[in-house]
Amino acid sequence: MTQSFSVVGKPLPRVDSMDQTMGKTQYVDDMTLPDMLVGRHLLSIHAHARILRIDTSRAESLPGVRGVITGSDLPITYGILPISQDEHALAVDRVRYVGEPVAAVAAVDAATAEEALGLIDVEYEPLDEVVTLEQAFADDRPILHGDGLGQNVHRSAALEFGDVEEGFARADYIREDVFFFGGNTHAALETHAALASYSQTGKLTLWSSTQVPHYVHRTLEKVLELPAGRIRVVAPAIGGGFGGKTDPFSHELTAAKLSMVTGKPVKINLSREEVFYAHRGRHPVLMWIKTGFENDGTITSMRFKTFLDGGAYGSYGVASLYYTGALQPTTYRIPNYRFEGVRVFTNKPPCGPKRGHGTPQPRFGLECQLDKAADHLGIDPATIRRRNAVEPFSTTVNHLRITSCALVECIDKVVEESGFAGKHRQLPSGRGVGLAVGAYMSGAGLPIYFNDMPQSEVQVKVDRGGGVTVFSMATDIGQGSTTMLATVIAESLGLEPADMIMVTADTDLTPVDLGSYSSRVTFMAGNAAVVAGRKIRSRVVQAVADELETEPGSIVAEHGRVGVAGDPDRSVSWADGVRLAIAATGPLVESGGYTAPKLAGSFRGAGVGISPAYSYSACVVEVDCDAATGIVKVERVWLAHDIGRALNPLLTEGQVEGGVYMGLGEALYEEHAFRGSLHRGPSLLDYKIPTALDMPPVETFLIESDDPEGPFGAKEVGQGPLLPVIPAVANAIHDALGVRIDEVPITPPKIVAALREVSRGRPGRVGPVTIPDYEFTRLTRVEVPEGFVTP
Amino acid sequence: MADHILAIDVNGDRHRVLVTDQRTLLEVLREDLGLTGTKHGCDVGECGACTVLVDDKPVLSCLVIARQVDGSSVQTVEGLAHDGKPDLLQEAFAELGAAQCGYCTPGMLISARSLLDDNPDPTTEEVQAGLAGNLCRCTGYIKIFDAVRLAAARDRGL
Repeated sequence: MTQSFSVVGKPLPRVDSMDQTMGKTQYVDDMTLPDMLVGRHLLSIHAHARILRIDTSRAESLPGVRGVITGSDLPITYGILPISQDEHALAVDRVRYVGEPVAAVAAVDAATAEEALGLIDVEYEPLDEVVTLEQAFADDRPILHGDGLGQNVHRSAALEFGDVEEGFARADYIREDVFFFGGNTHAALETHAALASYSQTGKLTLWSSTQVPHYVHRTLEKVLELPAGRIRVVAPAIGGGFGGKTDPFSHELTAAKLSMVTGKPVKINLSREEVFYAHRGRHPVLMWIKTGFENDGTITSMRFKTFLDGGAYGSYGVASLYYTGALQPTTYRIPNYRFEGVRVFTNKPPCGPKRGHGTPQPRFGLECQLDKAADHLGIDPATIRRRNAVEPFSTTVNHLRITSCALVECIDKVVEESGFAGKHRQLPSGRGVGLAVGAYMSGAGLPIYFNDMPQSEVQVKVDRGGGVTVFSMATDIGQGSTTMLATVIAESLGLEPADMIMVTADTDLTPVDLGSYSSRVTFMAGNAAVVAGRKIRSRVVQAVADELETEPGSIVAEHGRVGVAGDPDRSVSWADGVRLAIAATGPLVESGGYTAPKLAGSFRGAGVGISPAYSYSACVVEVDCDAATGIVKVERVWLAHDIGRALNPLLTEGQVEGGVYMGLGEALYEEHAFRGSLHRGPSLLDYKIPTALDMPPVETFLIESDDPEGPFGAKEVGQGPLLPVIPAVANAIHDALGVRIDEVPITPPKIVAALREVSRGRPGRVGPVTIPDYEFTRLTRVEVPEGFVTP
Repeated sequence: MADHILAIDVNGDRHRVLVTDQRTLLEVLREDLGLTGTKHGCDVGECGACTVLVDDKPVLSCLVIARQVDGSSVQTVEGLAHDGKPDLLQEAFAELGAAQCGYCTPGMLISARSLLDDNPDPTTEEVQAGLAGNLCRCTGYIKIFDAVRLAAARDRGL
């Protein structure tokens, strides 16, 4: 059945777009309150040191300084995951990375606050640093979270599904490869900011550029020891997130504490340099992949080892670790699969979730290895991927439920549109094309802390004048969640998205949505909105049917009127319909909730990777490489994305283009690089993100597979399209020059080095060759799921 | 550190502001005049979010010492509209989804306005060059290029 929609599927502008372009959108740092103080952090100058003494007396006596706090004022630990409560707002006894906040000051203006920082005396005792994987696995280095010497393993995982040895035994061809994916960071244009105001009545309000007001709310409750009902967290407009504003951060807690101490509002806006230290970006991952193939390219078995450099704290790290192993089987039918991974602590800024969270790194390795295998077996890159592609409505070997899946259609589309078959191995030297695919979750199946409550709730209130107000804690970080919600409600009520009044991301006013992470908002908040919208609609429809003395089944709500389908004379305006409904059945206020189906298996780690639906993407990249300089110019990108349904094609296309952009940056330019424990360049000049001059044309194809559980069939688009871009670039460079750069970012010196190897008669490859000699223990063997069909 | 009285015209309004030697134009706009449409992404001239026009030339207001522009006329995103009607660029950016998070948008619009004032019919390559100093982390720039070209075409009556 073809559904017809009134606003779903239309390329409408964001509901707040004119405010944005007129300069009226308010971000946290645009806000001021009367008598507001400015807060600043003193940062650690050591990567690893004991704090012997902090003397704040000189700072406190500086005229204009209103408050100074240190770690002892906020002694309670926190962290985004319940199992990783290892952070302090300000360092207590010990610092673990350069840039870690040590003290905070509130003063009448920024200049005074900064002068006060210089008057805080901190006496450090430097400790041995742990910087590399090798050092983290050594026995003679200090333990970062604990006392004494020993290994700095944060968490390790070892899972086997099926029997990998049996799978390798029946393989015709087995290959092993090692890859490295360098760390990189979000670099949202808005630096993090928080404004706190503690009232005389003992209520705290925090406006913060956060993607997760609900989790910040819970963290403030814990660390400040205030009742949750006395804390309000508001996320106004957010100037980009990409996962970088998904943890509770020091400055949110210190701004709040300083406001409580001083009795005045306090605003802290992180500098660009501080954002590089607060980080939580992509983990550097070293990986080893061993895969068995039949001669026709069919995968028989796979082993995947990952080594994550986590930085100084837990953050999302346990989840990040499992994500480096979870989604490989969502694109390919891998009949036997073993994943072993380990995350270590080092004296560097903590890593966490960035767009694709833990999955772009293994996707890069997997897609490059698949191309190498195809090359060896004499199969073209598209065929080997089609041959192994998962099927819709199937189960993966690691117990993930697949519903709608248009992976093969995505491959076919980009292969056809790019002319891949006529270009691959056929373009002149220096030019090449590469193909890769990916899949991503439409929301994590489980909330971050264990509970059985809905993952998203939406309320709708209709005014007697017909005005519709939508309340949701979903946080618009630029991805367009507010417009998505307005579209879903407007579709249900026969109105226009721009007519909706949107109240979002405010813990006092809006019901819980867990936040803008894991690509969950369209699927979860969207589904909650569908429920709320239908309830409002059915009440208005019933009241109008009663008024017109007909059956509700014959009534439609569209174009701002409610009445008998096809009979304009027997209809009322939306506002009249609303008044009839309120008169008949009382206040027109309804709510909807969404809880994901129970999908997790019973093994340790089964909670990571499950999702009510997966998006699929395929990408072809064409490059032009200069063999003399190693400079890569991306000529064009074709990307097909299985979105289920595009609720708004303009916004979803924008997400695809943004994902391609960010993927190209990661593939070619960006690296969160360190010299020892010191960041090489915590600035937008040294950290190279693509400019307007670097961006090639992108051809986007939205494939609508109509997911059975998605809101109007929709799935995610915020993260998935980034995944295939990075390996597609690497595969295109190989096609262009015949060299393999098994290390991201693929910079010109690496290409030149690989070509130099070729000229000396050696294999043209740059990348890691070995992995640490780390023994994974406690392997969990998991039975293949019921109904799993071995290819 | 001496204080000075700065006289500037911002979006057609005359202002007198007491500034120190180090005060930047960005601080004057955002903190003294309350014109928060102009953003700051780095405060050291790397991102372009603070771009404004000074005497019709685009500058990074975070790098401009306020005293240097004494007597000048400044245009910010709040001043792009004419008689309450949005600039064609503002409409085209909104219409084509050229703003996602919107944080780079004010600076981007100012650079685009300056580009179109110099070159009313730019090619995509010329738009890319004209906006090379303004970083955007959301859009991949593509819809921004489209919006600038659309506004240019409408400006030429097409």
